[in-house]
Amino acid sequence: MDYLKAFIVGGVICLIGQLLMDHTKLTPARILVSFVTIGAILQGLGLYQAIVDFGGAGATTPLTGFGYTLAKGAMKEIKEAGILGAFTGGTKAAAGGVAGAIFFGYVMAMLFNPKSKK
Amino acid sequence: MAGKRLGKQTLRLSSPPSVISNATIVGPKEGEGPLAQYFDIILKDDYFGEDSWEKAESKMLKEAVKNAIKASGRSSTNINFMFAGDLLNQIVSSSFAARDLQIPFVGLYGACSTMAESMCMGSLLLDGRFAEAVVCATSSHFSSAERQYRFPLEQGVQRPPFAQWTVTGAGAAVLAEAGNGPYVTHLTIGKVLDFGIKDANNMGAAMAPAAVDTITAHLNETGRSPEYYDMIVTGDLGKVGKTITLDMMEKEGFEIQNVYDDCGYMIFDAEKQDTHAGGSGCGCSAVVLNGHIMKEMKKGNINRVLFVATGALLSPTTTWQGESIPSIAHAVAIENTIGEGI
Repeated sequence: MDYLKAFIVGGVICLIGQLLMDHTKLTPARILVSFVTIGAILQGLGLYQAIVDFGGAGATTPLTGFGYTLAKGAMKEIKEAGILGAFTGGTKAAAGGVAGAIFFGYVMAMLFNPKSKK
Repeated sequence: MAGKRLGKQTLRLSSPPSVISNATIVGPKEGEGPLAQYFDIILKDDYFGEDSWEKAESKMLKEAVKNAIKASGRSSTNINFMFAGDLLNQIVSSSFAARDLQIPFVGLYGACSTMAESMCMGSLLLDGRFAEAVVCATSSHFSSAERQYRFPLEQGVQRPPFAQWTVTGAGAAVLAEAGNGPYVTHLTIGKVLDFGIKDANNMGAAMAPAAVDTITAHLNETGRSPEYYDMIVTGDLGKVGKTITLDMMEKEGFEIQNVYDDCGYMIFDAEKQDTHAGGSGCGCSAVVLNGHIMKEMKKGNINRVLFVATGALLSPTTTWQGESIPSIAHAVAIENTIGEGI
């Protein structure tokens, strides 16, 4: 049941992205950045947690989940360390994801050459 | 100068240079398209044995130039000038190729209008008797252009459905003062026009007014009707730009639909090849001209062609700064016999 929920939630988020790609003139970069921002705003309003509780990885894996992690981390750190936490908390919470992306990106770049699209 | 200038933009060459040989190299995708039979070399791998796409593009240009010279029966020491340009920063594909070729080199930047621009410059030198033979060439590569204008492919960004597809290919033509044709008879040099289109993915719409302006100037200044030509062909307007061009030409009072086509529209099968609006890039009009059109002219299937290569003169920086896209089109009249019309 968890798998199904994750599949549906993740799928719906990606569907929104695809609809934006196909029916608006937004560039891919703008869509990606909007997704992060929207995730952070929704979590700031306390809404995204409910989506995560329902959809699990289906909600945390897409880019909105990255925004969610940033907002959640910032809010937690504010409680523990004061206002400076707004700047440190998000980055700390997302550190694993960011370092992981850089590390695996580096490894893949070492191992493979890019190919043209068909 | 008497009789050489027909108007503000059009020049009539008094001793029309002959296109004595052509060469084309294309990538695998172009080699699966409807014009595949006309290309001299179809690469299986678009790295072309190099370790970057930029090197591959420069090598394509160099090989196209070498092959065109070889087919002309001359040696490269008998080629007086090389006119070439491309889409990469500082036109490195061309200048790096010229480094190896050691032919006196004039680098050009006209974006995708470069094939026509290089032929204009080459023809003028030949008509002015400053050269006996010149080579005109240009190239583009899908993957180096993506990195130059959009995103590096490694980033895996999805292509929007209205985008055109940059052609991987290089084309070269050797022009000489003596030869049996086809001949370059008239040149119409374009003006830079800007109709305020800002979407860098919609180059066809941005460039169409430039094509219309140049074709109209050419027809008015030569007094020719569109039917004089067997083919009026624009460079890389694609499906969207082609329709706009036909509409705008009609408003100018010229019915060109019977003779009009677009290289970007011709080179791919949009349905089967998922290329959306069609092909683009310097290489697009270069390989269609030096492949399809010149071979059909040499067979005598078409005799009079107005080749109108179109260029969008934007840079990534101007796009980021929200500027609109200025465009240009240059026209080259190529005919199997001289002295007809005017």
